[in-house]
Amino acid sequence: MRPGPGGCCCRRPTRANGCFANGEVPNGYVRSTAAAAAAAAGQIHHVTQNGGLYKRPFNEAFEETPMLVAVLTYVGYGVLTLFGYLRDFLRHWRIEKCHYATEREEQKDFVSLYQDFENFYTRNLYMRVRDNWNRPICSVPGAKVDIMERQSHDYNWSFKYTGNIIKGVINMGSYNYLGFARNTGSCQEAAARVLEEYGVGVCSTRQEIGNLDKHEELEKLVATFLGVEASMAYGMGFATNSMNIPALVGKGCLILSDELNHASLVLGARLSGATIRIFKHNNMQSLEKLLKDAIVYGQPRTRRPWKKILILVEGIYSMEGSIVRLPEVIALKKKYKAYLYLDEAHSIGALGPTGRGVVDYFGLNPEDVDVLMGTFTKSFGASGGYIGGKKELIDYLRTHSHSAVYATSMSPPVVEQIITSMKCIMGLDGTSLGKECVQQLAENTRYFRRRLKEMGFIIYGNEDSPVVPLMLYMPAKIGAFGREMLKRNIGVVVVGFPATPISESRARFCLSAAHTKEILDTALKEIDEVGDLLQLKYSRHRLVPLLDRPFDETTYEETED
Amino acid sequence: MRKEEKEELIEEWQPEPLVPPISKDHPALNYNIVSGPPSHNIVVNGKECINFASFNFLGLLDNPRLKAAALASLKKYGVGTCGPRGFYGTFDVHLDLEDRLAKFMKTEEAIIYSYGFATIASAIPAYSKRGDIVFVDKAACFAIQKGLQASRSDIKLFKHNDMADLERLLKEQEIEDQKNPRKARVTRRFIVAEGLYMNTGAICPLPELVKLKYKYKARIFLEESLSFGVLGEHGRGVTEHYGINIDDIDLISANMENSLASVGGFCCGRSFVIDHQRLSGQGYCFSASLPPLLAAAAIEALNIMEENPGIFAVLKEKCEQIHKALQGISGLKVVGKSFSPAFHLQLEKSTGSRERDVKLLQEIVSQCMNRSIALTQARYLEKEEKCLPPPSIRVVVTVEQTEEELEKAASTIKEVAQAILL
Repeated sequence: MRPGPGGCCCRRPTRANGCFANGEVPNGYVRSTAAAAAAAAGQIHHVTQNGGLYKRPFNEAFEETPMLVAVLTYVGYGVLTLFGYLRDFLRHWRIEKCHYATEREEQKDFVSLYQDFENFYTRNLYMRVRDNWNRPICSVPGAKVDIMERQSHDYNWSFKYTGNIIKGVINMGSYNYLGFARNTGSCQEAAARVLEEYGVGVCSTRQEIGNLDKHEELEKLVATFLGVEASMAYGMGFATNSMNIPALVGKGCLILSDELNHASLVLGARLSGATIRIFKHNNMQSLEKLLKDAIVYGQPRTRRPWKKILILVEGIYSMEGSIVRLPEVIALKKKYKAYLYLDEAHSIGALGPTGRGVVDYFGLNPEDVDVLMGTFTKSFGASGGYIGGKKELIDYLRTHSHSAVYATSMSPPVVEQIITSMKCIMGLDGTSLGKECVQQLAENTRYFRRRLKEMGFIIYGNEDSPVVPLMLYMPAKIGAFGREMLKRNIGVVVVGFPATPISESRARFCLSAAHTKEILDTALKEIDEVGDLLQLKYSRHRLVPLLDRPFDETTYEETED
Repeated sequence: MRKEEKEELIEEWQPEPLVPPISKDHPALNYNIVSGPPSHNIVVNGKECINFASFNFLGLLDNPRLKAAALASLKKYGVGTCGPRGFYGTFDVHLDLEDRLAKFMKTEEAIIYSYGFATIASAIPAYSKRGDIVFVDKAACFAIQKGLQASRSDIKLFKHNDMADLERLLKEQEIEDQKNPRKARVTRRFIVAEGLYMNTGAICPLPELVKLKYKYKARIFLEESLSFGVLGEHGRGVTEHYGINIDDIDLISANMENSLASVGGFCCGRSFVIDHQRLSGQGYCFSASLPPLLAAAAIEALNIMEENPGIFAVLKEKCEQIHKALQGISGLKVVGKSFSPAFHLQLEKSTGSRERDVKLLQEIVSQCMNRSIALTQARYLEKEEKCLPPPSIRVVVTVEQTEEELEKAASTIKEVAQAILL
């Protein structure tokens, strides 16, 4: 059901069973031995139609949903909807007990606060599987985590804590890419020292009296880390987008936003008042067409030229596991004189040989990206966001960003955690710990993805992305997968509608440098078992497993099923 | 159009620069740098001053108990939560804090956010959608304005604290409803007000608002960032101050960055209302949760508030004292209620241009800093505010300020104002 990403390797005729005609290689699955030798020699490989923009192979795949699976998924939703109507009917006529809270007696004649239909999905589908989300934990969110056990006696309407703690659950859900979520070590000690000295809160905004010397130190360090002239840090990653995009563009400007952008980017774009046009996910033809049309035809109705064009993309898309085609986006932006806003929430620290994100991954110049945005929550084990770029940009944001004027500045121990972890990644603390973490994450990613594909699951996204979506499709399997994995002591994240399209529910694994090979192997064994139990191995491109090369730039051959 | 014509247009088009250039002496470009903790004795730009600018109402910023609680949490959980609430980002500390806040405010449920600004800005669009009507005070703070903009609802502004104006708008809406009863049946109405207004230091007339609520069937959302931990016998805010049943207010939102000296915000109310935000509050669902050490500090601050309820009377006394002392300064007028701990000093007579006013006030602020009284101007985004307040100096009272320091501040401001404005 999913259209293949445009560009590189995917405009080839396919046969009905999913294999490509004329013996060519489908994207990401097969490399002939000759091509593999070329890749091993570090040469440009299989992206010739883009004029050699890519210095390394770009392997991204979104296998098509098998027809039978799609049909069964819709049937499943149909059955659930019918039961939903039945249940609502029973609740309305008080045959079944009504568990959810209702409006006060005194306000019963007010216009009802919620539309009945709006909550249909929540009442009848989400409620049944909601024990898979909001699982409370009581330890560091590291490679292993302790989950508080919950029980429900009324089909998930309410939870009771049994008092038991499920210890040592393998954590495949937290965004802990470089393993900095720790309660011991140099980061924690530095944060503790700053907490003693500065306290916890700040009680003022950056422009008033909340600008500490620590904040200035952090901003200089972030600018050095990214390789840009200056940077500015904010207290919340979500708010970094929603408060700064309106400061950069306004009415009369055009925003070209990727189909699958995060809610914060969408909110920021809406609040700015600019016109928004959406291009297909990671599809460069779609983006180019929008750019051409925008400049040629100007604003709708008045035909005046646009004041500015801003392209909003993310480094790694967290639901798809795909990586933005940055070389092509930058080429397009230069050709059409647009500005580029890159949200590296998931890719900073997690991609690239030195952990500098997707710009580093493609070997590009950070000055080519006009606005480099990212968050400190994922790879740095803290919270907050930053924007980096030219000095003029940062000066402008210092005076006009909503956050600098109205929002409280960052808490000092959090700032110190970021400073220490960033210095560690850069190697400025004198150890090679940062480099090892970056490498470990890359190895874990490749290993984990390869093993899952060998088992026969459908895995979306780029080979190098530490976000690994495993397709489930059917609504019942969402709940089943989450619960079965927890029974086997593995905590996973499952996502369904509305975060994903209705027929494409998935389980999403977030790999971490803190995961050792043993932990990954345990997890893989259990995923294999559950996959067989729930019949999740939908892939029709089963890979022959390599027996003797565990951590490798792999070559594998395709078999036809 | 032919291909060549299109290519020509593409060649010719020149965009505006991404950002306009900022002059080196823009008043907001160079921030004051605070070295060390921003507590009662604060070091600003190298000078030691007494802090009259941070919203540290209960003096909890350098409280050793808060630091100890945060430290214990840091040793147990590390710093970040590495995930949103839905995906293993819910810690027992968060559940604890929500419980404690609900119990403290005597409501059924509370929900916490990781950023104060995002609290009300996510809460409003979760309930009010396109087609709904929101009646909001003209002096509402920027976070409320952004929440309203995100909600896409019809906004009707009423004059600041003017209940007659609000009633007029509500009556007009009633007449509209009678013309189109079908539409009226599905249009939700909300009244958004602040307990203590950040921009004017005034208190909202809550009893009248509640009367209007039942008369015209509109729900009340109350923003209590400045009044939480300040007003009322136990610090429960403006509902306790007036003795109103808290169930009459549909949603109370406050940030924990003022009295609780932590970071983040919360909403509290009945479960029927609050639970909805767990799936539709954007700042809650799509953002990482509050770092546990900040939640632990907030719990400890609540403990302190519950243990000495006398602190609120002390704060009120100090507010009254400095309010009285600052009356009668030639050229400056005090704007705000006498029990509001954050109030404004505005120019009695404007020079005619906002830029000049800002410069004058900045002079006063710098001179006061030279004499060891740390003050700040109230900062606004001039082009973005719906109803831009006049430029002013923000004065904040905390329980840590002694009587001598309050007197000193008042006399310093008097002298400096006289020297500069006359």
